Amino acid sequence: MTLLTVNNLSTSFYTRNGLTKAVEDVSFSLDAGETLAIVGESGSGKSVSCYSIMGLIPCPPGKIESGSAVFDGVDLLNCSDDEIRAVRGNKIAMIFQDPMTCLNPYLTVGEQLIEPLIYHHKVSRSEAKKKAIELMTEVGIRSPETNFNAWPHEFSGGMRQRVMIAMALIAEPKLLIADEPTTALDVTIQKQILDLVAEIQKKRDLGIIFISHDLGVVKNLADKVLVMKTGHIVEQGNAQDVLENPQHEYTQKLLAAIPKGAKENPKAEENPEPLIQVKNLVTEFNVNGNRFRAVDNVNFDILPKEILGLVGESGSGKSTIGRSILRLVDAQGSVNYRGDELLSKNPQQMKPLRRKMQMIFQDPYASLNPRMTIYETLAEPMKLHGIAKGSELNQAVLKLMDDVGLARAFVKKYPHEFSGGQRQRIAIGRAIATKPEFIVADEPVSALDVTIQKQILELIQYLVDKHELSMLFISHDLAVVRKLCDRVIVLKHGELVESGNVEALWQQPSHVYTQSLLAAAMH
Amino acid sequence: MTASNSTLNQTSTMNDIEQFESGNSLWHDAWVRLRKNKLALVSLFVLIFIGVICLLTPWIAPYGYEQQDLALGASAPSAAHWFGTDTLGRDLLTRVMYGGRVSLAVGLIATAVALTIGVTWGAIAGYTGGRVDAIMMRLVDIIYALPFMIFIVLLMVVFGRSLLLLFLAIGAVEWLTMARIVRGQVQTIRQLEFVEAAISIGLSKAAIIRRHIIPNALGPVIVYTTLTIPNVMLLEAFLSFLGLGIQPPESSWGVLIANGVESMEEYPWLLIFPGLALSIVLFSLNFLGDGLRDALDVRASKD
Amino acid sequence: MLRFILSRLLQAIPVLLVVITVTFFLVRFAPGGPFDGERKVDPSVLKALEAQYNLDQPLMSQYFSFLGDLVQGDLGPSFKYPGRSVNELIGAGFPITAELGIYAILVALLIGAIAGVFSALKPNSARDYISMSTAMIGICMPAFLLGPLLILIFGIWLEWLPVSGWGDLPGDKILPSVTLGAVYAAYVARLSRGGMLEVLSQDYIRTARAKGLPEHVVILKHGLRAGMLPVVAYLGPAFAGILSGSFVIESVFQIQGLGRFYVLAAFNRDYTLIMGCTVFLATLIIVFNLLSDVLSAYLNPRLRSQLGGK
Repeated sequence: MTLLTVNNLSTSFYTRNGLTKAVEDVSFSLDAGETLAIVGESGSGKSVSCYSIMGLIPCPPGKIESGSAVFDGVDLLNCSDDEIRAVRGNKIAMIFQDPMTCLNPYLTVGEQLIEPLIYHHKVSRSEAKKKAIELMTEVGIRSPETNFNAWPHEFSGGMRQRVMIAMALIAEPKLLIADEPTTALDVTIQKQILDLVAEIQKKRDLGIIFISHDLGVVKNLADKVLVMKTGHIVEQGNAQDVLENPQHEYTQKLLAAIPKGAKENPKAEENPEPLIQVKNLVTEFNVNGNRFRAVDNVNFDILPKEILGLVGESGSGKSTIGRSILRLVDAQGSVNYRGDELLSKNPQQMKPLRRKMQMIFQDPYASLNPRMTIYETLAEPMKLHGIAKGSELNQAVLKLMDDVGLARAFVKKYPHEFSGGQRQRIAIGRAIATKPEFIVADEPVSALDVTIQKQILELIQYLVDKHELSMLFISHDLAVVRKLCDRVIVLKHGELVESGNVEALWQQPSHVYTQSLLAAAMH
Repeated sequence: MTASNSTLNQTSTMNDIEQFESGNSLWHDAWVRLRKNKLALVSLFVLIFIGVICLLTPWIAPYGYEQQDLALGASAPSAAHWFGTDTLGRDLLTRVMYGGRVSLAVGLIATAVALTIGVTWGAIAGYTGGRVDAIMMRLVDIIYALPFMIFIVLLMVVFGRSLLLLFLAIGAVEWLTMARIVRGQVQTIRQLEFVEAAISIGLSKAAIIRRHIIPNALGPVIVYTTLTIPNVMLLEAFLSFLGLGIQPPESSWGVLIANGVESMEEYPWLLIFPGLALSIVLFSLNFLGDGLRDALDVRASKD
Repeated sequence: MLRFILSRLLQAIPVLLVVITVTFFLVRFAPGGPFDGERKVDPSVLKALEAQYNLDQPLMSQYFSFLGDLVQGDLGPSFKYPGRSVNELIGAGFPITAELGIYAILVALLIGAIAGVFSALKPNSARDYISMSTAMIGICMPAFLLGPLLILIFGIWLEWLPVSGWGDLPGDKILPSVTLGAVYAAYVARLSRGGMLEVLSQDYIRTARAKGLPEHVVILKHGLRAGMLPVVAYLGPAFAGILSGSFVIESVFQIQGLGRFYVLAAFNRDYTLIMGCTVFLATLIIVFNLLSDVLSAYLNPRLRSQLGGK
């Protein structure tokens, strides 16, 4: 039985530069109990398509240009506001990407849970509460009676996403639209949420539209896959066909961009002298007047010319370790760099050493000074350390742009004129400008689309090989780490739980936490 | 922008930096946006026009400041006296022009005072952080909680109505908000990754502040400065209206309005023209400030 | 929550002490005494007067006796209104000023919040432009200009409303209240528009819409509380502004309220009355700042539970 049929949907937005088409000529259909995955990178129009169907595009600046979306005999694109409102949250429900911002912080969890029932089914509050508590139990929220009156900020991200799911299910919808529901969550939580969605679907014969940028997440879940790029459908069909035998070039590219397998030739030198020795590293912060220990007595070595992966979930303290080594935050313990004790150096003494060690940051939008041209950004470290000046400096900057794969013609442009991937290239250029020996890369690709991610990872590998760099590669993404790193250390709540060669650790994780991380990542 | 490295040798002939096209800086983009905002642009021209007139008043005023025509007395606007005359037969246009000099001067100087103290205070607190920041901002909070208007009235009463004191008193109130804004800005920017990158390059504190923090904190400071001037002018006019600000024979728009109120039943123009002058300047400054806020993309936040 | 209120109260005490001390010494060091009238006062009479008002005592002992009286709620006798105490004068003037202030706040909140919210619901529409332009006029038209203009238009030219007084003629409270409230209505309108726009762009508003809630529920139940937070935080400063604004309004409309007393006392160098009024007004303002802080904290559940207790 067909649940939803979308035909020739086109949506545009009025912007400063006139009318921009966000979605053009999108058609698909979905049966009851079926899962359709809509996959695409940022700006592909995957979310806009679904929001258009739900009447959630603010108009203006949005405009539904054409199309129909027939659900239960009603054309959602051409009906009155009241008609579509009666469907929303009732027969079609939605869950969103970021559970931290999607719940109203000013209302209790229970109050928000029962709203769909009260407004759509006109049930009494006590009845609605009964139902809500049943559902809270079903989606795995402990002590639902007490938590009914809790505030959203008292819940963790995973718990909030469970609340969102319960809220979506409470009016017994036939179709659930899930917009990147696990993207903002840690891998282990991600797996729990995906399992929960699958279980609920089976139990209720729910149709699901699953929006994602990640073909990997989709593969165990979807019956049908629809791939979008810049507002158009490039390919759609049976999940197995699309994923295993993609017809369109772009789908192939997307699939190829997913990091798979082990590193091709990992470094395995016998007992080399470590470049950096980290001993008993402790980093504490003041949080609301309390001392919070972000890094707790951590010991490890970084070897010359290796990429050492540092893995952990959010809040595990992995970024803090990188910043502690580079003296960007204050820490105790010992960081020994080729015989120099970094933690006891004053800024004056640090300066010559800073040339030797650099950092690449996660967010390429925040890591570049928006008021400086690319030239100024790249020239600044070289001028400071007296590496080049005058026309030599100009040549060095241009050379650096070649190195990171940026056209020389962009040299006088500003960061806001570039895409995320290009900005990350600039940031990488700045990091290698002083010809360092060691680089801390803090989640350098996690803010990027998969295809861009692949390019940047290749660039990093190329530069590490070319300049014989050592790198501490901080990441939450195990597949990326496996593809890029030689060795890996695993962090949990500020403590090191495991370390070793990547492949060895992959085959036989000894610590429970590493096992659960790996299990979650390999679903 | 292909994958990495192989495609780029073809550009090796392009060696000269100067030949490349310049990018559009954020300042340039902001100016483009401001130019599209008609209201802000008109406001800017009105302000420049009024500013120039006030600057040139001693040379272009149609009559002398104290020049009386007792025989004429109060007369309605006419070809000879565009804004009319007051009860002593003095030309109102001339008096509004002279009054504007004082009003604008108070606005600009007191704002400059507030700007200097506020930016310095806020920048030090924001960049130093920790205990220093806590103490400095605590002090701002305490002063903030003082009922200032009442204090200024008291000050003016006690120490006589000197212009200098007026600048100081108003500047002393207005710097608080500026300090909060700058401190918030500096604190936010200081935590951004490009500042961390600058530290890890090995740049000195002074260079980081000069090259990375100030250029990025400037937007909100410009916007708030534009919006402080009208506040200051209002405060001056308020005090002058109560007889606690500018004293005769000096005159400001506030004084002229106060005088106009006394005889508004018979000679309404004596109230309307100075009021109009003040309102137009306040309007223009506020519209310009709002326009700058949009153009520079400044979020309305104080902390 | 109680701890928060207590800690804010404890912070208010030093502020108040600073106000009292600064006021006291400022006034004492001022050139020109309270008895410097047009005619010379006989030295012996002056001495007697000074003794009567404790002015012959050392400064510090004057200060402490002033503090002592203050603790007991006694603000001393007035210099310029013989035979009347400052307490009496404040008692006579304040109810009028309070009533004026309450009306002004009501005008500000009702008109401002409604205009702001309605603008935010349809940003960049005609009604948005009209109400925001009107708000801008309100901000750029100070009370001492707006008041006389309203008197001119509605009092003198149209003869619809009385031009002065308070409670003497029907309708004579309208113009002063509107004049005093207008500026604050404008600020409230801008703040509530900004607050609502910010809130309506939040993800949780999208969630509420995705649940199919009627639009009025989305706005009133999910949006309004957070949207009004900036307005609540502004209530403290607005109150301070309204109190000092009453100085102008009461002189423009010739109302015998506290503001008028204060300005007259300032001109007459009536030491005790100035100090009394300053301390009284400052206390009020500090208390209202406190209330507005507490209310803001109360309306924010995250802050509330951080402060302990739900």
